[in-house]
Amino acid sequence: MIGMPNIFAALTLGHYLALGAVLFCISVAGIFLNRKNVIMLLMSLELMLLAVNINFVAFSRSLGDAAGQVFVFFILTVAAAESAIGLAILVTLFRNRRTIDVADIDSLKG
Amino acid sequence: MNFDFATLAFLGFAATAAIAALATIAARNPVHAALWLVLTFFSVACTWIVGGAEFLGIALVLVYVGAVMVLFLFVVMMLDIDLAPLREGYVRYLPVGLVVALVMLAQMLALIGVKAAAQAPLADNAAVATDVPNTTWLARALFTEFMLPFEVAAVILTVAVVAAVMLTLRRRGGTKHQDPSAQSRVKAGDRVRIIKMAAEKPVPGAPAAEGEAAP
Repeated sequence: MIGMPNIFAALTLGHYLALGAVLFCISVAGIFLNRKNVIMLLMSLELMLLAVNINFVAFSRSLGDAAGQVFVFFILTVAAAESAIGLAILVTLFRNRRTIDVADIDSLKG
Repeated sequence: MNFDFATLAFLGFAATAAIAALATIAARNPVHAALWLVLTFFSVACTWIVGGAEFLGIALVLVYVGAVMVLFLFVVMMLDIDLAPLREGYVRYLPVGLVVALVMLAQMLALIGVKAAAQAPLADNAAVATDVPNTTWLARALFTEFMLPFEVAAVILTVAVVAAVMLTLRRRGGTKHQDPSAQSRVKAGDRVRIIKMAAEKPVPGAPAAEGEAAP
């Protein structure tokens, strides 16, 4: 392990950035794999927002600036609103079409 | 090799979060996926608390685990979804998804310089340095510098509530509901109807008996 820092020694900014990157990539893979299911797409989006929030919290702590954590607060607010409206649209869609398959939602296609 | 308890706790929570996130995207059943996502959120909230962002950690548990994921579970259980067609193409897109995710991960880790950032320990907690709790430290910034965005966030939430209700509200035929405008427009004459009628009720049997007797 030459060149690798001892990851057990102390909590660093790199720990948080790595966790954020891992979660972000997992959610991108989730969007690829579950691209037919709108519910799973929404869950992957939530995961993606969480990964971004981790970076905000880490940099806020690292720079000693409260603005990062305040921004996470706003992202949480907007994400809650987004998921509420997204799920409402999903319910309406399911009532009208009896499906949530993304491939079936192509009425606007010419 | 020296150990730090907070770092070990962080690594444990981070590993839990990553495994639960993988289980989320791999779960066959959306209900299981939602429950795995709850575990992910909870573990990430723990890493935030380890890192000194106590208020946001608790807020994440309350808002996400308590509200948003319950909403997800409600919707998943309410809709009668046929899952089989939704899983089509999962195996076919698995290699592409994995390659894209792994390449992206490698690029991100190289680009943001995780190795360099992992050399220096995290700076001292600014909230602790000013000798106030994290919540007070956050509130001082939120209610001074960010007052207007805070109020805009409240408006956004209100608009979202109204929009969600308007989207899902539907009038079914045959339901009995109140009409407030009709209720306030009503006059005394609409409520009570006075009719004239005889003071005595005629005996039912008597006229029939007379009718039979007449011819």
